Amino acid sequence: MMRTFIVALLLVLLAPACFAIDPTTLPDPVLQERYSRLTHEFRCVKCVQQTVADSPGEVSEDLRRQVREMLLAGKTDDEIRDFMVARYGEFILFKPRYSARNMWLWLLPSVLLIAGGIIAFRIVRQRSALVAQDDEPIDEDIVR
Amino acid sequence: MLPELGHFALILALLLAAVQTFFGIAGPHFGRERWIAAVRPAVAGQFVMVATAFGCLMASFITLDFSVRYVAENSNSALPIIYRISAVWGAHEGSLLLWILLLAAWTLAVAFGLSRLPEKFGARVLGVLGFVSVGFLLFTLATSNPFLRLNPAVPDGRDLNPLLQDPALAYHPPMLYMGYVGFAVAFAFACAAMLEGRMDQAWARWTRPWTTAAWCFLSMGIALGSWWAYYELGWGGYWFWDPVENASFMPWLAGTALIHSLAVTDKRGLFKSWTLLLAIIAFSLSLLGTFLVRSGVITSVHSFAADPARGVFILTFLVIIIGGALSLYAWRAPLLKSQAGFEFGSREMFLLFNNILLVVALAVVLGGTLAPLIVETLGMPTLSVGTPYFEPSFLTPILPLLALVAFGIVASWKRGRLAAHKRPLLVTFGVSLVLGLALAFGVYSGATVLTPVGFTLGLWIILTSLLDPVDRWRRKLTLSRSIVGMTIAHLGLAMAVIGITAVESFTQERDIALAQGESATFGRYEVRFDKLADVEGPNYGGVRGEFNVLYDGRPLMTLHPEKRNYWVQRSVQTEAGIGSHRGTNILIALGEDLQGGKWSVRVQLRPLVNYVWLAAFVMALGGFIAATDKRYRTVKSEATEPAPGTAGGVLEGKAG
Amino acid sequence: MNKFIIPLIAFALLVVVLAVGVKHSPENTIVPSALVGHPAPEFNLPELLEPGTTVSSSELKGKPYVINVWATWCVTCRIEHPVLVQLKQLGQVPIIGINWRDEDDLARQWLAEFGNPYTHVPVDKEGRAIIDLGVTGAPETFLVNSKGIIVHRHVGALSLEAWKKDFEPLIRADLGTAANAAGSAAPGPT
Repeated sequence: MMRTFIVALLLVLLAPACFAIDPTTLPDPVLQERYSRLTHEFRCVKCVQQTVADSPGEVSEDLRRQVREMLLAGKTDDEIRDFMVARYGEFILFKPRYSARNMWLWLLPSVLLIAGGIIAFRIVRQRSALVAQDDEPIDEDIVR
Repeated sequence: MLPELGHFALILALLLAAVQTFFGIAGPHFGRERWIAAVRPAVAGQFVMVATAFGCLMASFITLDFSVRYVAENSNSALPIIYRISAVWGAHEGSLLLWILLLAAWTLAVAFGLSRLPEKFGARVLGVLGFVSVGFLLFTLATSNPFLRLNPAVPDGRDLNPLLQDPALAYHPPMLYMGYVGFAVAFAFACAAMLEGRMDQAWARWTRPWTTAAWCFLSMGIALGSWWAYYELGWGGYWFWDPVENASFMPWLAGTALIHSLAVTDKRGLFKSWTLLLAIIAFSLSLLGTFLVRSGVITSVHSFAADPARGVFILTFLVIIIGGALSLYAWRAPLLKSQAGFEFGSREMFLLFNNILLVVALAVVLGGTLAPLIVETLGMPTLSVGTPYFEPSFLTPILPLLALVAFGIVASWKRGRLAAHKRPLLVTFGVSLVLGLALAFGVYSGATVLTPVGFTLGLWIILTSLLDPVDRWRRKLTLSRSIVGMTIAHLGLAMAVIGITAVESFTQERDIALAQGESATFGRYEVRFDKLADVEGPNYGGVRGEFNVLYDGRPLMTLHPEKRNYWVQRSVQTEAGIGSHRGTNILIALGEDLQGGKWSVRVQLRPLVNYVWLAAFVMALGGFIAATDKRYRTVKSEATEPAPGTAGGVLEGKAG
Repeated sequence: MNKFIIPLIAFALLVVVLAVGVKHSPENTIVPSALVGHPAPEFNLPELLEPGTTVSSSELKGKPYVINVWATWCVTCRIEHPVLVQLKQLGQVPIIGINWRDEDDLARQWLAEFGNPYTHVPVDKEGRAIIDLGVTGAPETFLVNSKGIIVHRHVGALSLEAWKKDFEPLIRADLGTAANAAGSAAPGPT
């Protein structure tokens, strides 16, 4: 009971009562674009389901500073991602890496699409063979 | 006194639901007519009891009875009356009671609507609905009783979460639950058909209006939730691919597929077992959504406080009801055979594609939402899945789907005379392409590769949707409500596609630091920060900014974003200032006091975003019109009898 | 095989996943640390207690120690503080209190008022050491062993029970192996 209460309390406290407005302006529009993309890719580690860009939490503020500095220091996007993952694990990436372990997730849409295509093809072939014997009339209101 | 009455009414409702379940399922099975006759009174009684319980809880809120724990936790004496009413479903316990109330109401509606159905079949439908109701009533009474007392009573309540003190959120849960619960009706029809061992075109015709109506409510519920997130959470997004949003979106996708497969089953007697499965899936996903939101398995902006005990209970319930239905399916579905055929290029084929692509989209959303759990189950390190995954993955099946809509609309049933439709398809496509490119590169700037694709597909859906109705209208033929409704719903879809394309391509967003008197420019718009003043509301205090928006140097509108501090809950809320100009929403939100007179300010210009929400309501309007078509009201009960020569509607005897 | 049984099988798999989710849900709000089992990050930060000097992680090597992240703006830290003061009295391991995003005067005042459980108070105004440690919020507490490896992380207010349950056995084991290594006698665990 106590444990439940604490979990409930935690959630209430963690709910994003607010969001961050971050007037960071980097000298170069390309850097600014990368900054915005990266901070939207990182997940806030304190709150629930927010990005680092949107979270008002202290850690997120520090993380934004970190991204800013690393960008200005000329680090690549992947170096910045690796830096974050080394400290917070893959949890911090809202965009899972294209690693062997996550391959199933990234391939899911295409694999399902191909499987669906094969199934559709087989059904259409099977059903079109039946048209010759199927003399059932169709409702007059649906005939064009 | 009232809370005890409510509690007692809930217990009685549980007993009546049990009676309804037992007589509804056992009656037809043993052929006892008197048992069957007891089902409808039980339905009515259950509704009265649930409504009484709901009324008692609402009365406790209106009179602010802080001796009731749920009231004390979710209201306050300073809370305006309208939010005292919506506070009833502002948290877990009360929203569950709302679920039960709506289920009881749908069941009652079905009980009345069923007078045209065969007696036995109707009893089975009500029996299955009663079983769902038993599960939820037990859940409420065992883990989430809203009528528990506080002893001693507290002098004042903890107030409703300020995020929920909002008109859209007062309507959002009832709409959403109407949709979820509505799918319970389709589910009950499917289970009754499987229990009966009979499923034919008449079955599809009975099920269609109920499913369509549920889908309409769900569409509106999702749109209201998205709209609420846009202006109330204040950061100006309208869809986050958050687990709870996905939880409401998945039943919608399944329901959309179901509506289309029901059309095929109704008209052609095809896809029977598939339609049954979709009816089971749509409701299962509604239950899964309830599970995800309330069990704490997945955390989200919208979720209720977590409680593992509730998770265990709902999971058990899921296993019984969905596992039961799917077992019944595995047993009965193999006997459903149809000999109907269709040619390549017929409407059946395109509706088949529609279903497959929608189910792929559904599986992608489900996979992404559950990926963190799946990974955990396999003992791998945690991961997060967010917008950067969902957007491209969802588009993989959805773009082909949108491209096929035009074909599906013009195609004929059974015969694949695609060549005959070649000219109208090509002409409409050409016009859409030209208009789409003009819209993408002429009206706005900053188009991406997908911008002209989205516009062209949206416009193509509009033009092809209008081909048939316009043709019929010119030839002075009657237009059935089915056709009008379908056309409107497809226009709604096109509207959503065009709106989303515009928002995703042309949104301008910037966070800036502004002092009073300073301004910032966004293309032809200029935003000037004029004033900042203190503001006081009934249960909050805060500051209110005055911003003037100029267009080409001429004053356009004044927006008043606020930053509120709710006293009781001690939380800070941002109320964005939102205005609309030529279809573009201008959102201004106040951030932090940056010292030295400057404030951080978010300015966001989202073109056509209002049309995305409006689109959901247009789709719902189309659905409601289609659901009231008279062909659903004139289904004769003899249609359920096995008509000789009808392609395999009946299961012979018991399955082996 | 009957293809109509596939949905049932898929559902069974889903239930397994959901059951695991229910079992783990209370920990769901805590981000697992990527650093447990890895060397503690290096830091070199100004010392709050002796202005003008710095404190560096290299000074701490060779013995187990605890890193506690705190700040005066952190409400939970206030609840936790008496526990840290008690731990200081137990004198098992030194406690390093990283003062995060804070004002020096307020922090000194806090320590003067509620007692100082820390042997060093490195000041981290910009959260650099915090990010290196993978901290998700204050308060958070890490146990570093004599080899400089982070062996445990505690999120939220520390309690004596949590200390006894999670920290003490690890400290004892570490001191044991360290003593064994030093004396190179008495093999085997005790």
